[in-house]
Amino acid sequence: MTEVSTTEGGLSEATYAELRQIAARYPQPRSGLLPMLHLVQSTEGRVTAEGIEACADILGISTADVSGVATFYTMYKRRPVGTYHVGVCTNTLCAVMGGDAIFERLKEHLDVGNDETTEDGAITLEHVECNAACDYAPVMMVNWEFMDNMTPQSAMELVDDLREGKEVRSTRGPRIATWREVERVLAGFPDDLADEGPGAGPASLVGLDIARRRGWTAPGTGSAGAIGSTADTAGEAAEQADTSRAETETKQEEGQHDG
Amino acid sequence: MADTLTPVLTADWADEQSWKLATYERHGGYRALGKALAMAPDDVITAVKDSGLRGRGGAGFPTGMKWGFIPQDNPNPKYLVVNADESEPGTCKDIPLMMATPHTLVEGVIISSFAIRANKAFIYIRGEVVHVVRRVQAAVDEAYAAGHLGQNIQGSGYDLDVVVHAGAGAYICGEETALLEGLEGRRGQPRLRPPFPAVAGLYASPTVINNVESIASVPSIIDHGADWFASMGTEKSKGFGIFSLSGHVAKPGQYEAPLGITLRTLIDLAGGIRHGHELKFWTPGGSSTPILTDEHLDVPLDFEAVGAAGSMLGTRALQIFDETTCVVRAVLRWTEFYKHESCGKCTPCREGTWWLVQTLTNLEKGIGREEDLDLLLDQCDNILGRSFCALGDGATSPISSSIQYFRDEYLQHLSNRGCPFDPVASTVFAAEGAAR
Repeated sequence: MTEVSTTEGGLSEATYAELRQIAARYPQPRSGLLPMLHLVQSTEGRVTAEGIEACADILGISTADVSGVATFYTMYKRRPVGTYHVGVCTNTLCAVMGGDAIFERLKEHLDVGNDETTEDGAITLEHVECNAACDYAPVMMVNWEFMDNMTPQSAMELVDDLREGKEVRSTRGPRIATWREVERVLAGFPDDLADEGPGAGPASLVGLDIARRRGWTAPGTGSAGAIGSTADTAGEAAEQADTSRAETETKQEEGQHDG
Repeated sequence: MADTLTPVLTADWADEQSWKLATYERHGGYRALGKALAMAPDDVITAVKDSGLRGRGGAGFPTGMKWGFIPQDNPNPKYLVVNADESEPGTCKDIPLMMATPHTLVEGVIISSFAIRANKAFIYIRGEVVHVVRRVQAAVDEAYAAGHLGQNIQGSGYDLDVVVHAGAGAYICGEETALLEGLEGRRGQPRLRPPFPAVAGLYASPTVINNVESIASVPSIIDHGADWFASMGTEKSKGFGIFSLSGHVAKPGQYEAPLGITLRTLIDLAGGIRHGHELKFWTPGGSSTPILTDEHLDVPLDFEAVGAAGSMLGTRALQIFDETTCVVRAVLRWTEFYKHESCGKCTPCREGTWWLVQTLTNLEKGIGREEDLDLLLDQCDNILGRSFCALGDGATSPISSSIQYFRDEYLQHLSNRGCPFDPVASTVFAAEGAAR
């Protein structure tokens, strides 16, 4: 992130320029408000009064209009957020699979309540709603990156690593950036992490693995994974190799769950 | 008769760097776009109509028909908006799709926009999945660089710009008119219909809003033909869909199959219910679809049969719970979710979900009365069909269906003066001892 001096408690000129840039992406500037508030969080660490004024000023709407939006969406925070926002899914499926136990353990371990930040400013803990990763339950999110198949033990180790400043990687994504850096991506300013992490996690591939092993395909599409193209013998062989590796991984994965 | 599983959208998910343009093109990616651009836009709409594709976001409205509702004589610009706000509890198909093969979605967006004659499209992704946002941003950038987006796409004279837009945490924005409010920079509260978005949607202009999986299915329909798509599935529920199994099965995950597959078959493929346990209840399409039980294992999972069984196909979000799970606890948690996510616009939902949580909490703690069950059903009756949008209706589904199938379990909480279940027994680490 570019460091620019701020003008008398307000937002920097560079931030103003980027806020205008966001508004200009849309046929009507107000459509930029959600990403603009993400950018405010990125530079200010939360939605500040100055940030609200800047958005209102640029969009030509009242600060009450902006506040109304900022208080509607749960990702916008009025209090400072830690370097790492740690979410624990406690919607029904994750809760039942262990999310409730994980959340209780973390509150105890970090000595914070819901939506509170540790004294060192490292971690803000919050229980979150379904994050669309139910096949990896119980799920946690660190700065909105997936941490799949968690247990109370692995959750404690995770937050300890974060507090100690160790590099932590998402189970289906990149190394964990700071909350502010991630808010900048959500504002529509990409970082360079898109190519990190796998295309899919193990649970996303279970159906595909079975189809490949049994030779099941959509009609007239040949081998699974090669729609409209005919695989030669070498290609098929490679595919078989892929399949056996996937099988081994699946078995290892099962072993971990059982153990 | 199609195979049991038919990977199309999921077929390339295991590839090395599956999200890159080069990988996608190696599998024939953007070939359908070339075909579509050589067709008349109305013929693309006809192909999607003929395929029988129905909306994959839960409602099952015929996609081609939705496109046909766009008044082409309206002087305003036309817009395509992709609903990538996947948030319905249990639903987890669009997120892995956008992470693994975002170009399937981008190609679908271009073809669909061309069909409805839109020159601007938006992909509204929930904000809480930053890596998915990254992958879609990168795919859109790659598509621009390759001439698949921007001015004069592939020399066709057709122009399209795509904006990737991140939401900020609100389940209600999965409701299409609330999503439009969010996309216009407002609080995400649903709009009264009519007018429908097809006539007055984004910026009061003709707008199509489609789910990620619906749009991602379009390239395969154009590439292989409407008949090919319609050869899969059942009479009125054509084609394939991603079925998401979660919870107490041996191998939770994504299974892409023709519509009409049964839960019995899917559980069998998933290695059965987790070892030593049995199925108790399940949702066919997320928490807003009434729960079903083991008597429904052989119901074909299509729109018609699940409807006839008293529930809805929804998003094919199959959340599986075994006999260790307390149904009252499960339902209370979903109800707390609806209370939290109610946008506050209409009274039945805003106040009603609050009441539901109070009444259910007492029952779960064993301090309620048997009459509270009738009170709950009465409260549901005052929400269902009386709220502004489907969120209120959805909030009543788990309650009324669970009382229908598990009334005795509610009463057990009263006679037991508390929950008779051990929550640790339901966890994935149950075998390792208490809350390891």
